Amino acid sequence: MPEIRVTPLGAGQDVGRSCILVSIAGKNVMLDCGMHMGFNDDRRFPDFSYITQNGRLTDFLDCVIISHFHLDHCGALPYFSEMVGYDGPIYMTHPTQAICPILLEDYRKIAVDKKGEANFFTSQMIKDCMKKVVAVHLHQTVQVDDELEIKAYYAGHVLGAAMFQIKVGSESVVYTGDYNMTPDRHLGAAWIDKCRPNLLITESTYATTIRDSKRCRERDFLKKVHETVEHGGKVLIPVFALGRAQELCILLETFWERMNLKVPIYFSTGLTEKANHYYKLFIPWTNQKIRKTFVQRNMFEFKHIKAFDRAFADNPGPMVVFATPGMLHAGQSLQIFRKWAGNEKNMVIMPGYCVQGTVGHKILSGQRKLEMEGRQVLEVKMQVEYMSFSAHADAKGIMQLVGQAEPENVLLVHGEAKKMEFLKQKIEQELRVSCYMPANGETVTLPTSLSIPVGISLGLLKREMAQGLLPEAKKPRLLHGTLIMKDSNFRLVSSEQALKELGLAEHQLRFTCRVHLHDTRKEQETALRVYSHLKSILKEHCVQHLPDGSVTVESILIQAAAPSEDPGTKVLLVSWTYQDEELGSFLTSLLKKGLPQAPS
Amino acid sequence: MAAHLKKRVYEEFTKVVQQQQEEIATKKLRLTKPSKSAALHIDLCKATSPADALQYLLQFARKPVEAESVEGVVRILLEHYYKENDPSVRLKIASLLGLLSKTTGFSPDCIMDDAINILQNEKSHQVLAQLLDTLLAIGTKLPENQAIQMRLVDVACQHLTDTSHGVRNKCLQLLGNLGSLEKSVTKDAEGLATRDVQKIIGDYFSDQDPRVRTAAIKAMLQLHERGLKLHQTIYNQACKLLSDDYEQVRSAAVQLIWVVSQLYPESIVPIPSSNEEIRLVDDAFGKICHMVSDGSWVVRVQAAKLLGSMEQVSSHFLEQTLDKKLMSDLRRKRTAHERAKELYSSGEFSSGRKWGDDAPKEEVDTGAVNLIESGACGAFVHGLEDEMYEVRIAAVEALCMLAQSSPSFAEKCLDFLVDMFNDEIEEVRLQSIHTMRKISNNITLREDQLDTVLAVLEDSSRDIREALHELLCCTNVSTKEGIHLALVELLKNLTKYPTDRDSIWKCLKFLGSRHPTLVLPLVPELLSTHPFFDTAEPDMDDPAYIAVLVLIFNAAKTCPTMPALFSDHTFRHYAYLRDSLSHLVPALRLPGRKLVSSAVSPSIISQEDPSQQFLQQSLERVYSLQHLDPQGAQELLEFTIRDLQRLGELQSELAGVADFSATYLRCQLLLIKALQEKLWNVAAPLYLKQSDLASAAAKQIMEETYKMEFMYSGVENKQVVIIHHMRLQAKALQLIVTARTTRGLDPLFGMCEKFLQEVDFFQRYFITDLPHLQDSFVDKLLDLMPRLMTSKPAEVVKILQTTLRQSAFLHLPLPEQIHKASATIIEPAGESDNPLRFTSGLVVALDVDATLEHVQDPQNTVKVQVLYPDGQAQMIHPKPADFRNPGPGRHRLITQVYLSHTAWTEPCQVEVRLLLSYNSSARIPKCPWMEGGEVSPQVETSIEGTIPFSKPVKVYIMPKPARR
Repeated sequence: MPEIRVTPLGAGQDVGRSCILVSIAGKNVMLDCGMHMGFNDDRRFPDFSYITQNGRLTDFLDCVIISHFHLDHCGALPYFSEMVGYDGPIYMTHPTQAICPILLEDYRKIAVDKKGEANFFTSQMIKDCMKKVVAVHLHQTVQVDDELEIKAYYAGHVLGAAMFQIKVGSESVVYTGDYNMTPDRHLGAAWIDKCRPNLLITESTYATTIRDSKRCRERDFLKKVHETVEHGGKVLIPVFALGRAQELCILLETFWERMNLKVPIYFSTGLTEKANHYYKLFIPWTNQKIRKTFVQRNMFEFKHIKAFDRAFADNPGPMVVFATPGMLHAGQSLQIFRKWAGNEKNMVIMPGYCVQGTVGHKILSGQRKLEMEGRQVLEVKMQVEYMSFSAHADAKGIMQLVGQAEPENVLLVHGEAKKMEFLKQKIEQELRVSCYMPANGETVTLPTSLSIPVGISLGLLKREMAQGLLPEAKKPRLLHGTLIMKDSNFRLVSSEQALKELGLAEHQLRFTCRVHLHDTRKEQETALRVYSHLKSILKEHCVQHLPDGSVTVESILIQAAAPSEDPGTKVLLVSWTYQDEELGSFLTSLLKKGLPQAPS
Repeated sequence: MAAHLKKRVYEEFTKVVQQQQEEIATKKLRLTKPSKSAALHIDLCKATSPADALQYLLQFARKPVEAESVEGVVRILLEHYYKENDPSVRLKIASLLGLLSKTTGFSPDCIMDDAINILQNEKSHQVLAQLLDTLLAIGTKLPENQAIQMRLVDVACQHLTDTSHGVRNKCLQLLGNLGSLEKSVTKDAEGLATRDVQKIIGDYFSDQDPRVRTAAIKAMLQLHERGLKLHQTIYNQACKLLSDDYEQVRSAAVQLIWVVSQLYPESIVPIPSSNEEIRLVDDAFGKICHMVSDGSWVVRVQAAKLLGSMEQVSSHFLEQTLDKKLMSDLRRKRTAHERAKELYSSGEFSSGRKWGDDAPKEEVDTGAVNLIESGACGAFVHGLEDEMYEVRIAAVEALCMLAQSSPSFAEKCLDFLVDMFNDEIEEVRLQSIHTMRKISNNITLREDQLDTVLAVLEDSSRDIREALHELLCCTNVSTKEGIHLALVELLKNLTKYPTDRDSIWKCLKFLGSRHPTLVLPLVPELLSTHPFFDTAEPDMDDPAYIAVLVLIFNAAKTCPTMPALFSDHTFRHYAYLRDSLSHLVPALRLPGRKLVSSAVSPSIISQEDPSQQFLQQSLERVYSLQHLDPQGAQELLEFTIRDLQRLGELQSELAGVADFSATYLRCQLLLIKALQEKLWNVAAPLYLKQSDLASAAAKQIMEETYKMEFMYSGVENKQVVIIHHMRLQAKALQLIVTARTTRGLDPLFGMCEKFLQEVDFFQRYFITDLPHLQDSFVDKLLDLMPRLMTSKPAEVVKILQTTLRQSAFLHLPLPEQIHKASATIIEPAGESDNPLRFTSGLVVALDVDATLEHVQDPQNTVKVQVLYPDGQAQMIHPKPADFRNPGPGRHRLITQVYLSHTAWTEPCQVEVRLLLSYNSSARIPKCPWMEGGEVSPQVETSIEGTIPFSKPVKVYIMPKPARR
């Protein structure tokens, strides 16, 4: 029995360190290769020794697929390919290929330069790793080898995020990566066709949430920024460099354009500038509005948003500043926050989740006095706002995607166990699809029904179609033919053709049967009675009475004979070919019942 | 002798003309008729290869074929069809047969037998499909012939089992278009036949090819369109198709479900997997709602559009479409809309949101949450958030239609519409504002909603702002704070975009008159204690102050206590504004003031009838003109014209009619005056100079007639005849004057010829109206026509002169609704003293903003003219997109005009004005013989021209020499 085996090395009942092993029809594929934000020791990378203890990884994996450029999906890639050692192909989309090394380099810098870690991958390793990458286009079917093929679908979430369909023969798996079912200001919604895979591996970050319309959120955000700026206040928006930052930029930029506002907007520089450049390039990956208008003006060429300089923070008058990092725990955003916190006209907007212990989390939970390093106490008078701009599908969205793809099984990853439990129950209840949620290292085995393609000859097919009166799609139908198995492929042909191909002569197979009848009349008359009897019963068949006294029904011959010993009984000889077996046996059973009493 | 000679001359003359005509006609016949079939035959015989034959056929198809020769051509084509081996050529022939059978005036029943015949023997699927298409064309051409229809349906049924999808497609199409609708047959038979067709088509809903499935659904829809009642059983079949793999099938299925739901809204269907039953229309609504979250956007658009027209759906289901249960970490959460509402009702509006304000409250029962709602749940929530703006627009439109029919739904969908004001695509924003305006009768805006609405006033797009002003004109506001908020935002808008002045004033006018009681408590604050307006006497020219006053005065109209709150200068300003902006400031009954206006307002209604009467009487008086002596007639006309003009000024409703008749009378007056000239009595050589007046009169009459014809909307055929008649008279006058003033006959000869031609045209165009023109110039002229045709020019002139003098004055029947086209240029205002400076040789863009009233088809007729001081005139055609249509009969032109000139030493003024262009052939009623597609002789005589219809505006410009 063929089967699909799935083992999460990371992201099983957990968020972060996405890494899932899939073996399908003898092919092994690794989906994503991420790091975990929460750990600084060995646990931050997936345990690749699970795959092989001492052999080379390349021998055990056919390919690696990276869904998008977030570090929890690609962070361990250089370690995996250069330090552990993997030389096979790595697949990702073009934008991911472009942006991924920037983020990896940044991550490396923080780990090595700031935290002083040794035994970490180097810049050169990142470069070498990226050389193994094969970039794919949306909806392009890529043949990894003769049997394994992959295809990317649009996933929303971040620029270049994709869902991948992995297909071997008739078996297929879809891995969603992270995706978003509602469009936002710069990206569209995830979309997949009815590909009916055997297994759908989906993220489930927001398994227990149904979100409100994004319009209210956007409106609130814009209103707050606008009001503050109008009253002469300064607005600080701490963001991480990629993803949400671009969405908020577009949101503010278009609002400024629409409302004809002149207040400056700044963006603290860094890797953003490089990334923004790629956003400008990968227009086909953005949403409808940007795609339609980029000929006139590329939406990422911001007219109102300028690069930030340290000195600008002290400028008088209103302004809006995007600064990294997003949780106010260090860097430029914290510096600006310190400068502005004392004025109640100013405002800080936290556009995402903050980890416990960061300044962001403290102010969000209502703390108004912060202890900074050096026993300074910072009094926060500025307004603190929270806006959730998240790009993951909510419970409804996940269900919608499952409904679109119509898989046979669903497997949940990238979420908390408790939340998954709920979604699993819902999927099984409402969609009637079996659902799995393995923990890290746990293997799920799915039996698949093996389907064997059989080629059918056109002549046979046409003949069969001509016989059937009405077309009935999707219903099994009985068909007579000969199955030829040759060189591990199967063909269904008509028996004549099979005989011809095999060089065999056709054998006639005839069945004959004697039926005894009590009838005192002459053979001729008996035959006539048989004829009229059959004629009255078999209306749709051609019944004939031949001049030599025999009766034919289609190709079945019936002869009446009088055995010499008993004049009271007549013997009916019934003879039919193998092809008419059905009718022939019916006839004999009919005749055995005897003829009706003829009206004398 | 002389008479005899003359006759001969004329005979010759007429002979020549006739011969020419004949020649042309015969030539034409010879050229066209036989060439078609014969040439085709020859060509096809010549063709050596299928490619050649195909080329000939293609060439042949480019030219039209007359109805008479169609049959011959068809025979030849069929003949070749039988011989032809190449399927592509047969395909082309089959398609040509279809095209030919569509020829008007040709009855294709004669080729049907052949077509069916060749159909039976055809092997190629493509040719088969094309032949079926031909049969369809034949069948649709003969809708009455039952036998043929039956036969074609039979043929279609036979070929339904074909293996090619194309053939099955065409068969289904044929069934859909021709499926029986017998009337002659008895009722039972009809029922049988109909069911048959529906069942046959229904069977193909499960065809293996998606294209055939689509065609089957389309055929079913076609049956419905032709008035066949579909059976309810189709509903279940169609529902299954909703989960088809192919988008075009799903899209068509959605339509079919909609059709069935409209046919059987009240029948009951069971809900699967439960014992409950619901109305079919509700069930269908739920299913279509589900399709709003389909994978394909084409289907989503289709579904969202159709939702709008399902008005019979019960309100319970309707309101579900806006419902979305929120949840966070398994706990129930309220939507932002609910929170806003709650905040509002608890009285603490506009508090900033705190962290955790939206924290989820109660735990959700995990078992009870349904993530995939089967019904209508949240359909519009999804539709309005869709990725494609086409879907969003369709959803907004559907919301609009549903809200118009259900006030309670209107109330509920308000939040969502308001949200759409922030869409990223302007079209969607505009659409939602318009939608809101349309349903504004059913709704009252809450303050927080109003806040969001007003925020859009800062939008930089003018269309959006103006749409919003229109919306505010007809919204209901619930509180005085709301009014205040609206006023403050509008004033902010005014300072940011001063060009919106008029629109904002108008908006405030309606806002005031709708909410007098809400404005009342605000008056003291607005007039004196408001921080913006705290000077003792505000500046009267301040648009913002005027805006406030407009609001207050309009509210005061229905609120008699309000004027008591006014200060002295307010009264003074009232008087000033009532005069200067009378369309914005209503008449008020102010205490202690005797105002004429108070007397005016009731008089408007009562005076209407007398003025109408007066108009009628004065016009009737004029028609007795005939019997007066020329002097008296002139005087009478002059007086009447004066009266009419004054009447038009006083009574705006009658202005159109009065102006129109006055213009006509002026023409008559000019004509009479011209005929009164002494010049007619003097010998020819002497009056060379004096003839100026007569020819000027002729010219002016011509101009006036063009104005009458093209500047008024609502002019009917009756009037057009009279106008053309007047023009003809003017032309006659012109001819006479020229005859008198020029020597030598050569130019005269041509003119006579032309005039007679015009008379001829007149007769042809208005042949039906001729009986109404008794005793008129034309009537007499036509009587004399045979004589005129045979006379020499001098003779013609003489006859014309006498008929012109003797002819009766025609009564101008008044049209029911007539309006004069007018235009006002709002911008440039022409007041600026600062010249517009630009470098010579380069261009400067001048913004032009004008309102047009009663202009038909302004996109084609309205032009902008720029007159430079050197007399150089430039005509600009505005783009069709520059015209907006804010209301019936009103248009707005917002465009940019590019000016350029060589360098000047001094700044100087250019004139900008609007012109109405016309084309005299446009109005002429088309005679049947003109529709043949031939070039009509009318084209040569059509006159294009322009009429200025706005006051010119002067713009100060200064092209500077370029610096080197």
